[in-house]
Amino acid sequence: MQALTNRSKVVSNKQMSLMERIYLPAILKGMSITFMHMFRKRATINYPDQTRPIAPVYRGKHVLKRDDKGAERCTACGLCAVACPAEAITMVAAERQKGEEHLYREEKYAAVYEINMLRCIYCGLCEEACPKEAIFLTDIPTPTYTHRKDYIYGKDMLVEKMDHRYDTSKRQNHLVEKA
Amino acid sequence: MNIIFLIDSFLVSFIAKCTIVVTIFGISLGMAAYATYGERKVAAWMQDRRGPNRAGPWGLLQPIADGGKMFFKEDFIPQASEKFLFIMAPGIAMLTALMTSAVIPWGSDILVLGQTIPLQVANVDGGILYILGIVSIGVYGIMIGGWASNNKYSLMGAIRASSQMISYELAMGLSVLAIIMMSGSLNLRDIVHGQEGSLYGLSFLPAGTNWNIFYQPLGFLIFLVCAFAETNRAPFDLPECETELVGGYHTEYSSMKLGFFLFAEYVNMFVSSTVLATVYFGGFSFPGMNMLADNPNLLAAVGFAVLFIKIIFFIFLYMWVRWTIPRFRYDQLMHLGWKSLIPLAIINLVLTGAVMVLKHSITGQW
Repeated sequence: MQALTNRSKVVSNKQMSLMERIYLPAILKGMSITFMHMFRKRATINYPDQTRPIAPVYRGKHVLKRDDKGAERCTACGLCAVACPAEAITMVAAERQKGEEHLYREEKYAAVYEINMLRCIYCGLCEEACPKEAIFLTDIPTPTYTHRKDYIYGKDMLVEKMDHRYDTSKRQNHLVEKA
Repeated sequence: MNIIFLIDSFLVSFIAKCTIVVTIFGISLGMAAYATYGERKVAAWMQDRRGPNRAGPWGLLQPIADGGKMFFKEDFIPQASEKFLFIMAPGIAMLTALMTSAVIPWGSDILVLGQTIPLQVANVDGGILYILGIVSIGVYGIMIGGWASNNKYSLMGAIRASSQMISYELAMGLSVLAIIMMSGSLNLRDIVHGQEGSLYGLSFLPAGTNWNIFYQPLGFLIFLVCAFAETNRAPFDLPECETELVGGYHTEYSSMKLGFFLFAEYVNMFVSSTVLATVYFGGFSFPGMNMLADNPNLLAAVGFAVLFIKIIFFIFLYMWVRWTIPRFRYDQLMHLGWKSLIPLAIINLVLTGAVMVLKHSITGQW
């Protein structure tokens, strides 16, 4: 009768030869192989002293960008919080007062904006959902901390500093204006 | 005899003995600790990766970090376990592991303040028998640990461990019996002294090459396999493998009790390597040792260092074999112990006896 599959292998029920039954020749051959491996190049890299090359759109820590005049772009619309599959983003909105026009672009801004980096899965859906091109993921990996509270990033950790702007041109939509 | 001279010589030898005891104890523990480090490094090199290299330079403080980790864990005793036996079991394992290092000759005699002191804690006449006896008691540590845990997997692991250990003790004793026949004495120091001549009596070879492995290669092989089985090391580590029995007899243990079990395994490995080096590889004798005969302290020091090089080689061999061979199935293990090694050891014994009688009839001396 034909075999039902073309991947069948014939199983051999041969008795082991004397050399095989002693086990020792096979053991010595195996030991020479492991010994040779000791003198080969290692496959490990000394992280964090050495790092592997990463993609240009690597998704790391988040940043809330400011526009060219220095005003925060985020308007606390909540689309990133809704889009986040891990429910990592929370925010409290506030109204812009008279003397704060240079700080915030529109009348609504985020007074409290928190991302729980332990819940975040670095998917980038918040970056895609934002209508104001405010939140982006940089290529900096999140560092490790020893306490859980250090992982909840507030606005002080997320909004980019005035003198240290992140270049997110590769991630930005080509239709958006520069300002 | 002058009474002050008697007390003085007693005091010197007493202090020397105490120093040797403490030193040997410290060396056993230190070597076992760094054997854990060596195991991880050797395992890593054989697997194309680096070992621990973060704790201290080249990761040398890793065993201290591991010890500290063990101390800081929660010391947990399961409610349904036999409390007394549960606490005693790692103690028995560690005790028997450390006790075997008492009869091993670590070096030739040193000259201190006009007195010759042998570098050995106890030069008993039944050295090898003492070691075999203590190793047999070591089985109790594992059995009691498995039983006292009140856990069916631990019990299975303990049963497998104890049956494995008693099966391989027979072949071990039989292979050592051939050496005892050749040396004429159970005393380990006599066995080492018998290896201080030149190989086969040939005069063009230097002194200190008359190692027993050249007379008993089959016996060495049998003893090596049995030593692997006695210390529960791969490929005979079925009692404690993780894939089959969760943790085997040490599943329910935590903190320093678990640390004691794991540590006792490494001390056992160290002591087995020492016994292998002493009985088959010449102990503290090395080629060219008669050139240092006029300086006993230097001879003892070099002998000690050479013994350590041999021990380190055997520990490396233990690790090399562990990371090469898959473990034996339980029935294959029993088959090997009873149906392969014991007949081979008996054949070895008969052959040794026949050759000795032949030699006696030709040369007239044993």
